[in-house]
Amino acid sequence: MTEREERRFAEVPRESIKLMAESTGVELSEEVAALLAEDVCYRLREATQNSSQFMRHAKRRKLSVEDFNRALRWSNTETVCGYGAQDALPFRPLKEGELFFVEDREINLVELALATNIPKGCAETMVRVHVSYLDGKGNLEPQGTVPTAVQSLSEDLLKYYQQITRAILGEDPHLMKVALLDLQSNSKIAALLPYFVYVISGVKSVSHDLDQLNRLLHMVKSLVQNPYLYLGSYVRSLVSSVMYCILEPLAASINPLNDHWTLRDYAALLLSHIFWTHGDLVSGLYHQILLSLQKVLSDPVRPLCSHYGAVVGLHALGWKAVERVLYPHLPAYWANLQAVLDDYSVSNAQVKADGHKVYGAILVAVERLLKMKALSLTLAAGGGSADLPGTTTGAVGFRENSPGLSPPPEPLSEPPLGIASHLQAGGAGCQWEEWTPVSLPAMYCELYSFFGDSLAVRFSTDPPLGGAPSSRSCQPLEGRKEPASGAPNLENTRKMPQLTASMNISPRQDGSPRMEPQPPSLAATVSGRSLARSSSSSSSVSRSRSSSSRPGRSTSQSRDIFPKARFPLPQAGPPAFSFIIGGRQMGRRCQGRRFQTSFTPTPPLNTLPPRAYAHKLPVIGRVSKPVRRWTCSHYSLHLPL
Amino acid sequence: MAAVQDGQMELDAEKETKPEILSDGTSNLSGNTASGTLSSSPLTAAPAGGAPKMEDQQTLIAVLQFLKRNKLTDSVEILRREAGLGEDQEDSQATDGSGGGKGDVDGGDANSLLSRVSITSAAAPQSMPVKRADDQPDVSVVLSAYSQQGDPSLYQVYYSGLKNFIESVLDCHRAELSQLFYPLFVHMYLELVYNNHENEAKAFFEKFSGDQECYYQDDLRVLCGLTKKEHLKGNEVLLDFRTSRFVLRISRDSYQLLKRHLQERHNNQIWNIIQEHLYIDIFDGMPRSKSQIDSMSGSLAGEGRRELNKAKVFHGLLKEPEIEVPLDDEDDEAENEEGKPKKKKTKKDSLGSKSKKQDPNAPQQNRIPLPELKDSDKLDKIMYMKESTKRIRLGPENLPSICFYTLLNAYQGLTAVDFTDDSSLLAGGFADSTVRVWSVTPKKLRKVKSAADLNMIDKESDDVLERIMDEKTASESKILYGHSGPVYGVSFSPDRNYLLSSSEDGTVRLWSLLTFTCLVGYKGHNYPVWDTQFSPFGYYFVSGGHDRVARLWATDHYQPLRIFAGHLADVTCTCTRFHPNSNYVATGSTDRTIRLWDVLNGNCVRIFTGHKGPIHSLAFSPNGKFLASGSTDGRVLLWDIGHGLMIGELKGHTDTIYSLKFSRDGEILASGSMDNTVRLWNSMKAFDEVETDDFTATTGHIHLPDNSQELLLGTYHSKSTPVTHLHFTRRNLLLAAGAYNSQ
Repeated sequence: MTEREERRFAEVPRESIKLMAESTGVELSEEVAALLAEDVCYRLREATQNSSQFMRHAKRRKLSVEDFNRALRWSNTETVCGYGAQDALPFRPLKEGELFFVEDREINLVELALATNIPKGCAETMVRVHVSYLDGKGNLEPQGTVPTAVQSLSEDLLKYYQQITRAILGEDPHLMKVALLDLQSNSKIAALLPYFVYVISGVKSVSHDLDQLNRLLHMVKSLVQNPYLYLGSYVRSLVSSVMYCILEPLAASINPLNDHWTLRDYAALLLSHIFWTHGDLVSGLYHQILLSLQKVLSDPVRPLCSHYGAVVGLHALGWKAVERVLYPHLPAYWANLQAVLDDYSVSNAQVKADGHKVYGAILVAVERLLKMKALSLTLAAGGGSADLPGTTTGAVGFRENSPGLSPPPEPLSEPPLGIASHLQAGGAGCQWEEWTPVSLPAMYCELYSFFGDSLAVRFSTDPPLGGAPSSRSCQPLEGRKEPASGAPNLENTRKMPQLTASMNISPRQDGSPRMEPQPPSLAATVSGRSLARSSSSSSSVSRSRSSSSRPGRSTSQSRDIFPKARFPLPQAGPPAFSFIIGGRQMGRRCQGRRFQTSFTPTPPLNTLPPRAYAHKLPVIGRVSKPVRRWTCSHYSLHLPL
Repeated sequence: MAAVQDGQMELDAEKETKPEILSDGTSNLSGNTASGTLSSSPLTAAPAGGAPKMEDQQTLIAVLQFLKRNKLTDSVEILRREAGLGEDQEDSQATDGSGGGKGDVDGGDANSLLSRVSITSAAAPQSMPVKRADDQPDVSVVLSAYSQQGDPSLYQVYYSGLKNFIESVLDCHRAELSQLFYPLFVHMYLELVYNNHENEAKAFFEKFSGDQECYYQDDLRVLCGLTKKEHLKGNEVLLDFRTSRFVLRISRDSYQLLKRHLQERHNNQIWNIIQEHLYIDIFDGMPRSKSQIDSMSGSLAGEGRRELNKAKVFHGLLKEPEIEVPLDDEDDEAENEEGKPKKKKTKKDSLGSKSKKQDPNAPQQNRIPLPELKDSDKLDKIMYMKESTKRIRLGPENLPSICFYTLLNAYQGLTAVDFTDDSSLLAGGFADSTVRVWSVTPKKLRKVKSAADLNMIDKESDDVLERIMDEKTASESKILYGHSGPVYGVSFSPDRNYLLSSSEDGTVRLWSLLTFTCLVGYKGHNYPVWDTQFSPFGYYFVSGGHDRVARLWATDHYQPLRIFAGHLADVTCTCTRFHPNSNYVATGSTDRTIRLWDVLNGNCVRIFTGHKGPIHSLAFSPNGKFLASGSTDGRVLLWDIGHGLMIGELKGHTDTIYSLKFSRDGEILASGSMDNTVRLWNSMKAFDEVETDDFTATTGHIHLPDNSQELLLGTYHSKSTPVTHLHFTRRNLLLAAGAYNSQ
């Protein structure tokens, strides 16, 4: 008890008093020191008690030197100066002798005065207001958490959610299938949609795991296909996840053994699926996506797998996207790709293999572009609107003619391209503003200059056959993988089941998605524009080149062989110019091409000089590496059938 | 019906006030009968009429002596004439030298004391500031009571003898008699110390200090450091413990028991102490239980005396005479205002359950002269009406939303916050002596143009009030420099034109919010001023400080109109609040009591005891019937002003409660504390459950239900921001303010 009471207060021992007295030159007797010590203790206590009052009113918990000094001042005592520092001063013992002291660093005033790192004044005192508790309830939801809808989930739904995600992301493929099927058809999971979208947005965290990515993409597909779900704004999140899989240089693609190509193909397929089934929801996204694809494509720093993704993505968005983005980019991109493909060093082998993938993808894309363009023109002509030149009418005509394949929405709802023009970054000389529909022959010429006979589409310049029905117009279209073993010359063998299959199974890919905007169709100026364009390097060179390389071919000969497609060319008068589209002439064994496409060039093009990079083309585009090209293209594109 | 005030009312206000004060002062000095109950014989429950007369005379004589000493001969003459004292009387008293306690007033205050101040409570003369060097003789007089001494070694025997006796009595009496322990202990200890028996004192302290109630720990800590007679002189806490009698409330039975015991034992030492230093308030009836006693004790000077709380308090609200008139005009102009005044009326009625006519508990409309309403005030009232119709009706199911105004980067230390009534401005007082004003609406703060520019203004234009403002000075906040110490209190005037701030430098400053300059520095407090507040009608304000008095001021007087003295010990009026009808002022103090003062005559009309720590926040309910108080012990106590009773105890906070506020309709009480929380309490339920039958009303023995948890409606945490201030907007949105504390 006694000791406890004693310890309540710090005591100043009389020795300290004596020492302090000595330091000022006063000698104290023992008694005086004892009395003084006691009094000092008491006064200190009193001052401390008084100072607590100041602390309390300053609404602090910590007694400060200031408070103590105030208490001293108000009791008419001298204040203690020099201890106002915010941080505690260390109280240290001296090793030799029982001496304790407050460590007091010396401060170099000169240094302080000339210091360059002048401390900035502390920030302005300010008032900030926030609603802490609304109606007595806290807004507890921190940012970035699952939407509140999930919190109101019933027990059963939560269980369902857990089971489904576990099944889909788990190991058992059978379970996964069941789960996906249920996800596709369950009509009661609307409340869980945000949760699933949240899970899917986790693609970014599993970019090393192809399997998981695949599963997540399947989940997207199931959600998209579920007829009971209204995706609403969540579709954006889904699209961004899919785009991630298409475009990003995934961590999994570092290892060449990983087949991330298939994943990209599948994601692209999914993208087109979303655009075709939920076009109304994603209309605003179309141009953003085109833009991002274009950005990737025009960025040479990006790895080839990203470029591949961009190409398949464009391909998935339809031939118009290819025409508008990929096609104008091709000349610029070609040089880079060429450099990759021409490098035969061992170290480059992997990159080169990737390059061939891209090459194959581009090939597939442009082939479809050519086919669809030709088809649209044919349909336009065959649909009784021959007097209407231009591609736009062709596109519309195509849609009108194939209502069963993809019921097109009212074409008027398509946003005009002008809206998107501001989105366009000035990449590789492809300005939306400048974009004009290139005539099919010009396009073909140019593409041919790149790909040579790898192009499985052939055009001839024969005049339209009188008896050619519009239904036959699909015949010129031909999948490049189609075995050409049959007699290619025979017209009836050209009625290939694959062809029709391709039309039937993947009709959406053949046209543009619903939301594809119409090009600024300026029917009156098309001819003039294209003529003006002929002075630009790419088209003019290709045309001149093609004309110069095959001067001897007669149009009639090719017309006999491939009398398939014909269309009126706007600038050449009604039947003046037509191509023969031919199938791939190489067999599986790849002996090389057997047929060459010939056409009559337009007279003015003859005078143009040959194109600079045309000389390189035989290296990749022609006979030199047919085998490789074939094998590449064989699995390069997982066709979205 | 509406008592429209005369045009010259305001002009007359000063004239009216002064004579009042004078007469008050004299009446108090001459006949301090009502409250002067310092009976010389504590045995009698009700003091005899003659005793206080005598006491008063002594007081008067003391004052006369003081005046003489200061050569204020005129005053002496006047006082003598008025009091009817003969010179011989005075002289005899002077030579006698044992005049109880002599008031000693600062030279500067002497005049004001005589001319305006009313010394009210019985203890007033003794408890005036005793700080001058020349009050040493008085102190020795006070202490000399201890000089009669017995054998110091027997003190322990006496005390333990009494302890044994009390522990052996029946349970019902034990709790009551246990109240004796603490005051006896303190006085015996002090006697030992005074008589230089240091060792005995220490031993005594060690032996019995453990028996005392835990809520006396703070005092015991002070006591225990005190072991020398010399120390006694300087220690104001103990001085006041000595000069004021510790009040005990004991039933007659218990008291008889104690008396018999002490007489049997001839225990004169204790008997003397009881007679001289304790005041035993004897009541008839059942002894109180332990919990009843505990809830009321804890104050430095024991419980408040019952008869002190008997005075009639006009706690009703004033009628608002002016309001209907302009609002009716408004109705004529705009139809959509129809019905609003009625609505307002009914609302008010439901609140206070008052009749529509005149609240019987309300004071006379002109009991305190109030400033006349200006046109701008009327407009503001109308705004208030409109807002209040949109007010959200709060209740246990409908809790208010809370907006937190966090002051960031307040490294200099935020000490006080206030909002204007319409929640458009926020003022902060800081430890670096600055006052900062923020606009919390998009409207920026602007100064008035300079005098030269003002001359060029077309004074006849309609928007002259807008034209006088200087757009160049528009800013979100303004800083007011002028104090030379931490600013402990800020308060906006109701019309938002003025701001008051009180500071450690002993001054209260009045700032103009039009020019953002200091208008007046009110000097009167000699020590730090802890708090200040404007009257709800403006013009008057009250301040309370370290010098143990609260002062009532008017903005156009540089000296206080009233001095409310009576808080004990080293008392600091930590918080001061005006009653909604402006007729009363409540002060809380570190002596753990709350006092309610009558503004009219300066009397202390209520003493509330029960807090166990210094009181830091007070709030009147909007209907004026109840008072809430919060202290450092983290408890909120609710008081019924009319009956003078404690009616509720709200436990929950873990640290000092710095802010209390009733919602506009009084249904919710919000408390903000140092523990970073805001708590909402169901005050309606707390008030409704009070059983105020006649018995409890007369005896004051309330049995408190322990229902804090039921009454607590919600606890709301801030991240690391102590809640310094709370405010309900006119629509019942709760605003809280505090400085973010990064440590």
